[in-house]
Amino acid sequence: MSIAVNEQKEGLTLLTIQDEMTIYNVLEQKNTIYPHLKPDHELQIDLSAVSEIDSAGMQLLMFLKNEAIRKQNELSFIHHSQAVVEVVEMFNLSSFFNDPVVILADWNDS
Amino acid sequence: MSDLDLDSAVETFAEEAQELLVDMENALLALEDSPDDSEMINSLFRAMHTIKGSSGLFGFDVIVSFTHEAETILDQVRNGEKNLDDTLISVLLDCKDHTTSLLEHCIEDSSQPLSDELKAVGDKLVVKLTGKNSSAELQVATTDILLESIGEGTDLNDSWLISLAFKTDAFRMGVDPLSFLRYMKTIGKVQAILLLTSELPESDEYDPESCYLNYKIAFKTDANKQTIEDIFEFASDDCDINILPPNSKVEEYISLLEDQDEDHVQLLGEMLLNAGVLTETDINKAIQKQSDTNEDEKPLGQILVEQQVVQHGLVDKALQKQEKVKKKVATESNFIRVDSAKLGHLINLVGELVISGAAMNLMVERHGLPDVEDVAETMGSLVSDIRDTALDLRMVPIGETFSRFRRVVRDVSKELSKEILLTITGGETELDKTVVEKINDPLTHLIRNSLDHGIETPEQRLACGKDAQGNIQLNAYHESGHIIIQIIDDGAGLDAEKILAKAISNGLIPEDHNLTEQETYNLIFAAGLSTKAQASDLSGRGVGMDVVKRNIEGLRGSVNIGSIPGQGTTITIQLPLTLAIIDGFMVEASKERYIIPLSMVEECVEMNSSEWEVDEVSHYVNLRGVAMPYLRLGDYFSEHGKSKKTERESLVVVGFGQNKAGFVVDKLHGEHQTVIKPLGKVFEKLAGLTGATVLGDGNIALILDVQGLIAKAISK
Repeated sequence: MSIAVNEQKEGLTLLTIQDEMTIYNVLEQKNTIYPHLKPDHELQIDLSAVSEIDSAGMQLLMFLKNEAIRKQNELSFIHHSQAVVEVVEMFNLSSFFNDPVVILADWNDS
Repeated sequence: MSDLDLDSAVETFAEEAQELLVDMENALLALEDSPDDSEMINSLFRAMHTIKGSSGLFGFDVIVSFTHEAETILDQVRNGEKNLDDTLISVLLDCKDHTTSLLEHCIEDSSQPLSDELKAVGDKLVVKLTGKNSSAELQVATTDILLESIGEGTDLNDSWLISLAFKTDAFRMGVDPLSFLRYMKTIGKVQAILLLTSELPESDEYDPESCYLNYKIAFKTDANKQTIEDIFEFASDDCDINILPPNSKVEEYISLLEDQDEDHVQLLGEMLLNAGVLTETDINKAIQKQSDTNEDEKPLGQILVEQQVVQHGLVDKALQKQEKVKKKVATESNFIRVDSAKLGHLINLVGELVISGAAMNLMVERHGLPDVEDVAETMGSLVSDIRDTALDLRMVPIGETFSRFRRVVRDVSKELSKEILLTITGGETELDKTVVEKINDPLTHLIRNSLDHGIETPEQRLACGKDAQGNIQLNAYHESGHIIIQIIDDGAGLDAEKILAKAISNGLIPEDHNLTEQETYNLIFAAGLSTKAQASDLSGRGVGMDVVKRNIEGLRGSVNIGSIPGQGTTITIQLPLTLAIIDGFMVEASKERYIIPLSMVEECVEMNSSEWEVDEVSHYVNLRGVAMPYLRLGDYFSEHGKSKKTERESLVVVGFGQNKAGFVVDKLHGEHQTVIKPLGKVFEKLAGLTGATVLGDGNIALILDVQGLIAKAISK
């Protein structure tokens, strides 16, 4: 299972995506993550293990964010991997996700 | 400037102004159908503007002040501040007429004050023109919004604006928008990027493998448009791409456009492509769109702007440039104004050349010089080429004459409150200018007649089960050396009974007539048959139908009328292409030579009594089963009425329209280039002849009026 599900406590779920997020697996990922978007529920998604992300992956993140807002679910992405940060920056989407992003010291803006 | 110079300058001005006014009228009438044609609107403006300018030069202040008002309004129309609706078109048409009257007034004597009538008309028009201002509508450039939404705080003037709208299948086709961005970084700098998320569907409708991404990028690079487009080439099937050049580049493009070759008019797309503003893909897409959506009326430039591949300013610039080149080409071009008298002189000279050519051939033949014969033959063919070219110079398309009738039809139908649509076909058919000039009055009369008497009122039409709108068609085409002009209406048709009754009561035909339908209809061209009972001020303009017929016959033409009651009337006019030189067929009878226009000769056969069952009494031959009247030219033209019969006679079969007849002659001389010389006044009334020509040996040959002779032969 590429996504680890941890019930942290009542009303808070932590999902850890342990795979790349690309066109090849976005469908499966959507089907896994989507049911966790419940009203009045908090969901955290750990992106630290996302080694690669493409446009389809990014689109999935955007979709989740949109749906969370619609369903009044608190969703935050945490521990962005370097690959994710790069793409978010490239698409100029950091304000869209509004998540605190830790920029690693060795990450170099090209 | 001496008086003489001034006079000729005024003359030139008057001529030019008249032309502009005619253009203006045509443009106005065309605009009634397609009110957005900017080309037409421009030509309206030009007309008024130029006339105003030139009038000022000659101190024709009345024209200046009047045209100034019209010009102001047209300027507003041109800038889209005022709508050109039917009312305004009507007013402008009146303005055109008024300008014409003012022009006439000024040219006659500009020192005279304007008549009260003219003044009143002018004042009224000015009020109509300036009275109501429709609200101004201005277009907002869509691209500006785009610019605003992206780069706050960043100067995007130097950036290309690239819009990418991916199709849903893009991911599945292996397209990753990210890769474009990565590549773009290698050739320039992505200054801003706007990702539109509104397209993302909700919950179950979202298919993670479909692509819903749309983004707009401000991209700074030194690469040209083609290079940028190439980045996306791979995805072009899965993505709608628009690339808008940076504003700062616009300057560069403008100067590139400015520098373009002015020798020939290019298409808008071509110009933009050459300047590097657009790529071929952009243009093909726009053209595709133009034809897909049936937006024929929508100019290409507008589509390009709407597709956001080019700035409004650039299209404007290119259009201006195009206009400028067009004008330059038009003025430089290919037209020389020539005094028609000079042309006439040239044609006369060519006529003489043809005659002396014939004389030379005669000499060559007589002296039997084989080597000279070759040279003479070459010269002969050159002479006939020159003849054709010279005559061609005087050929003008009839379309211009035809389009004048648009106005007639429009005005008359308004006056009679009928709805009439004029269709013009075959306007490109050419004929001799002198013929065109002379056919104008008869045509006007015939058309007015059709409008007035032919086409019914909308109520009557609806009652008959026809469209409320009547149709009248002007058609022209060439047929065997002649031009055929048709006036076709779908009105009530002619009432044969009424015509017959009138003709009998006027004593034109006996009561025991046996006229065919065709002949009955043609009676309306007879002199005594006046239709005055129903004439209005429209069709009673002093030219009766008999005059129409005479005018047309004076041009060696004929007119015929056909009608189907309840369905309409067709008037067919047949005219020779030229009045000066024709290809003739020379025959001899009783030692006299005659010319028959070659185009009317159908065949020549031996006059063989036994074979053709010649009926000597009633002058009929049976030609292959068809009875045909014949005429002995020798008998007809000889003083004593009877000429000696020679051994071998030939029968020349001639045809005009549907009628055929045979001429019996003694000898056939063959084809002959014939210069038509009019007969003197004394011979004008002579039946059967239309003119004469001088032969190579100095003798005279008479040109036969085939049409008249056929009628003679039939009636005998």
